[in-house]
Amino acid sequence: MPVDMELEAVLRPMQYPMPPYPPKVIVLANGKKMVIRQAVREDVPAILKSVHPCLFIERDYYDIVSARLYGELLAWYRYRVKSEYCLMGQVDGYLVGIVNGRLENEKVGMSYHTLAIDRGLRIGSHLFAAKMEYHMDYMGQDEVLIVAESPIGFRRWMVEYPLEETKIPHELGGGDSWRLTREIYLKAKPRLVVGDRPVPQELMDEAMLEIKFADDDTIRERIAGLKGR
Amino acid sequence: MRDVAVIGAGMIPFGRRDEDTLMDMLSFASLKAMDDAGLGDKSVDAVYVGNMGAGMLQRQSAIASSLADRLNLLPAAADTVENGPASGGSAVKNGLLAVASGYYDYVLVVGGEKMREVTGWRATDFVATMTHPQAEYPYGITLPGMAGMFTRLYMEKYGVTREHLLAVSLKNQEMGALNPFAHVEMALDRDGIFDSPHAIVNNPVSADPLHLYDLCPVSDGAAAIVICPLDMAKKLSKPPVLIAGFGQATDTHTLQERDDPTDLKAVTLATQQAFERAKLKPSDISVAELHDAFTILEIAESEHVGFFKKGEGGKAAAAGKTRFGGQIPINVSGGLKARGHPVGATGVAQIVDITFQLRHELPKNRQVKNAQTGLTVNFGGFGNNVLAFVLKRVEQ
Repeated sequence: MPVDMELEAVLRPMQYPMPPYPPKVIVLANGKKMVIRQAVREDVPAILKSVHPCLFIERDYYDIVSARLYGELLAWYRYRVKSEYCLMGQVDGYLVGIVNGRLENEKVGMSYHTLAIDRGLRIGSHLFAAKMEYHMDYMGQDEVLIVAESPIGFRRWMVEYPLEETKIPHELGGGDSWRLTREIYLKAKPRLVVGDRPVPQELMDEAMLEIKFADDDTIRERIAGLKGR
Repeated sequence: MRDVAVIGAGMIPFGRRDEDTLMDMLSFASLKAMDDAGLGDKSVDAVYVGNMGAGMLQRQSAIASSLADRLNLLPAAADTVENGPASGGSAVKNGLLAVASGYYDYVLVVGGEKMREVTGWRATDFVATMTHPQAEYPYGITLPGMAGMFTRLYMEKYGVTREHLLAVSLKNQEMGALNPFAHVEMALDRDGIFDSPHAIVNNPVSADPLHLYDLCPVSDGAAAIVICPLDMAKKLSKPPVLIAGFGQATDTHTLQERDDPTDLKAVTLATQQAFERAKLKPSDISVAELHDAFTILEIAESEHVGFFKKGEGGKAAAAGKTRFGGQIPINVSGGLKARGHPVGATGVAQIVDITFQLRHELPKNRQVKNAQTGLTVNFGGFGNNVLAFVLKRVEQ
């Protein structure tokens, strides 16, 4: 598709500078090691392949979360969103979860979505925590605005941290935002934010080599199958 | 009284069965058991259904009548048996007595529950309705909460440690990973849930000192057996499994009314009755399915049924004595911990698992070598209504 760069300069929103998120590794309950690292724009087509099968899974609101995440990542890929980032979890190179968000301004972050592609291992919890860690510890923000689209998200974020209720509309629409303040973050951090740095070189090499993704049926089975937890 | 044998056993995989209704699940398990029994054109005389929550969770009552119709078993007698998490065991007992008395010959017993239809919070609340309606429930007690307090007392009195609980958790998850009927077919890693600092997220405190992986999952599922008099069973093709003994005992509704809340008297009494009727003793048992809704319960029950002395169960688990291949393999199916705990199904599922063991039908990695006898303990309330069954292989 031809791109008119003169027009693009008008259409593309400004971007706040964002420091890199330093990768970390987490041992999961089954002993597997999950590398959490920041995606780059060029990773988006591969990530979307894993998101796509989730668009058709009604269980636990995977359809709406995936559809919105798909659009948000595409918007980032095509330069149509301001200051978005994406973190991903990989086990043995396989993509097992994705989180994204953006900067509303230098002090306020806007949390978007958390999608766990493998379930029952608290991958979503670890990735959401990494997202909050990025906003607070690496971008030095004061607060992050958050909504949940599924009851599981509500339990994991609003209840477990616990977040503070606000009347601020969230840009995803729906309900009012809940807020993670620095104070709440620091209180929750010892029990919810874990991970080792630096990531051993061989694990990092494996994660960087290729974003592997399970086939559609496997993804559907992991999320919506009988053993879905 | 006639001797009674299990001639058919069936179970559907436990898990989250969004697509199935409770009646679907009960039907699938029943059909499997009836096929397994090889009854052919013969029907059953009676149906007993163990279920705790259809009235609350599905807004459906009289499910046994519905099942008899659904399976075209009319005009078989049909009763629903509700006894909390021991509903399955109580349904088996009712079937057993009906056949033993000579009133019926062929009886289908099925247990099932559909718990994932509601959120985890509501499922926890539903299970908590078995607590005392004035002294416990209004104060917010839950079964995990009770188990947490029980564990703390047990730790203080008998020196049980988190290492002991961990041994049960790892063992049962390891076995569950081999069981296609298990809800959680996933082996756990000690580092991931205990040693690593990351375990604080992977395995958070649920009800101190119990952590997430000390608790059974909330599951959907159903299991069924067909029973008949032993002399008729001997004419069938599969080796019958004799229900050699059963026992049932109750205890105070509230824990605080017990002289010693760590003493699970109903477990002791029910198993003593079962052993006496079977003319066997704990050391005669080849394999056991104990009601490990919480890891502490497997340890406590292993002592109360007589496998180990009081205070020795935790150490025995940590020493591998209760593992597959150990001195007394407990919960080779994965137990409630990994197979899952659809409350009304559990008591029947335990007997299905032991039947498979005693018929020597399981794959090598789960079949207890030359298993001849089995014990099941189905624990209702917090030990206020317990059923125990001793089963025995019968050579044809």
